[in-house]
Amino acid sequence: MSVCTLRIDDQDVAIAAGSTVLQAIRSAAIAVPTLCHLDGLSPVGACRLCLVEVEGSERLLAACVTTVQDGMRIHTNSSRLQEMRRTLIELLFSEGNHICAICVANGQCELQDLAVRVGMDHSRFSYRYPNRCVDLSHPQFGLDHNRCILCTRCVRVCDEVEGAHVWDVGWRGEHCQIISGLAEPWGAVEACTNCGKCIEVCPTGALFHKGEGTDEKHGHPGRLAALVQGRSRQELEP
Amino acid sequence: MSAAKPRKRLATVWLAGCSGCHMSFLDLDEWLLELAQHADIVYSPVASDQKRYPPAVDIALVEGGVANSDNLALLKTVRANTKVLVSFGDCAIHANIPGMRNMLQGADPVLRRAYLDLADSSAQLPHAPGLIPELLDQVLPVHELVPVDVYLPGCPPSADRIRTVLEALLQDRRPDLSRAGEIRFG
Repeated sequence: MSVCTLRIDDQDVAIAAGSTVLQAIRSAAIAVPTLCHLDGLSPVGACRLCLVEVEGSERLLAACVTTVQDGMRIHTNSSRLQEMRRTLIELLFSEGNHICAICVANGQCELQDLAVRVGMDHSRFSYRYPNRCVDLSHPQFGLDHNRCILCTRCVRVCDEVEGAHVWDVGWRGEHCQIISGLAEPWGAVEACTNCGKCIEVCPTGALFHKGEGTDEKHGHPGRLAALVQGRSRQELEP
Repeated sequence: MSAAKPRKRLATVWLAGCSGCHMSFLDLDEWLLELAQHADIVYSPVASDQKRYPPAVDIALVEGGVANSDNLALLKTVRANTKVLVSFGDCAIHANIPGMRNMLQGADPVLRRAYLDLADSSAQLPHAPGLIPELLDQVLPVHELVPVDVYLPGCPPSADRIRTVLEALLQDRRPDLSRAGEIRFG
């Protein structure tokens, strides 16, 4: 197995060739925020929070979808990146209808935690207040599009791990939203196995169990990595 | 003997919010007695009988979004007469729950929904110019209308966070809430 050595924030890191820059960053215990990334799912580079500066590259690169190269010199926490990450979080908040105080995920929400982490005490962008709907057609679960940040974790977990592919991304631009089936009510999609993995990996309160009130949703994104690892070692039946 | 430090003039203001931030302010409990040693509360719905916002206020905690013409007029008076304006709680910072009516896109649909569509009987739109303040089309956060000096998020901000901010401002320091990890929404 060939090894790449690279330098991340004045720290020398050696990692197997073919790894991603994000894996190298994590192996060096350097903290870089992520939102769409989840161990056990394929990376998509949707949220852009893991953007890093790579010397010799004019544009910023998303660490989760960039493969390491020998001799790379990477900066993960410049003031430019800090400012960009705060701006990204402000844009996520202003784009949807995120009212933490009355959300099922209040206190357990990755978006809410990231706002704290990037130092967002207010948004410099006016909130858009888009007109979005809530799908409660499924007997056990609900989807509130107001809280969705389009990270596509649900799309990927349903396709890659459950193999049901209930979820997809529909429409474009400001109308872009997660859809079930062919943009049908979730409850009408026969492919859904009611496994609840999408609820567990959702970073916000967009996907939830019916009956959960404010502060009552507890996601378990970490369980997914254990499941995927178990399957790869054939400890668990798919 | 050094001259006694001049007492600060403190105000708290209640715009479109549930008053929960003010309840949290009252949760300061015995520290309120200490606060009273260092500051005069010159205007407040919970700690003063003063009806008009006074001049030369040092610190104002402003709770709530700006939902109607009265909120807007009071906010402008507050800004013109206050040194340090604190955007106090999630409603002041991003309109929060009062701001959810913005999804209906305008004051008229909101009034129709509340007073006509959902009325059991005698449906009519409220109309009393000069008596009932007019709704603004959108509930706006404070900083989109006047400059804000300090942001104190939370629904409500805990008494501890309020104390952190007030202790700093009483000593003419800017509170550093971002470093203290105390800026959580919700």
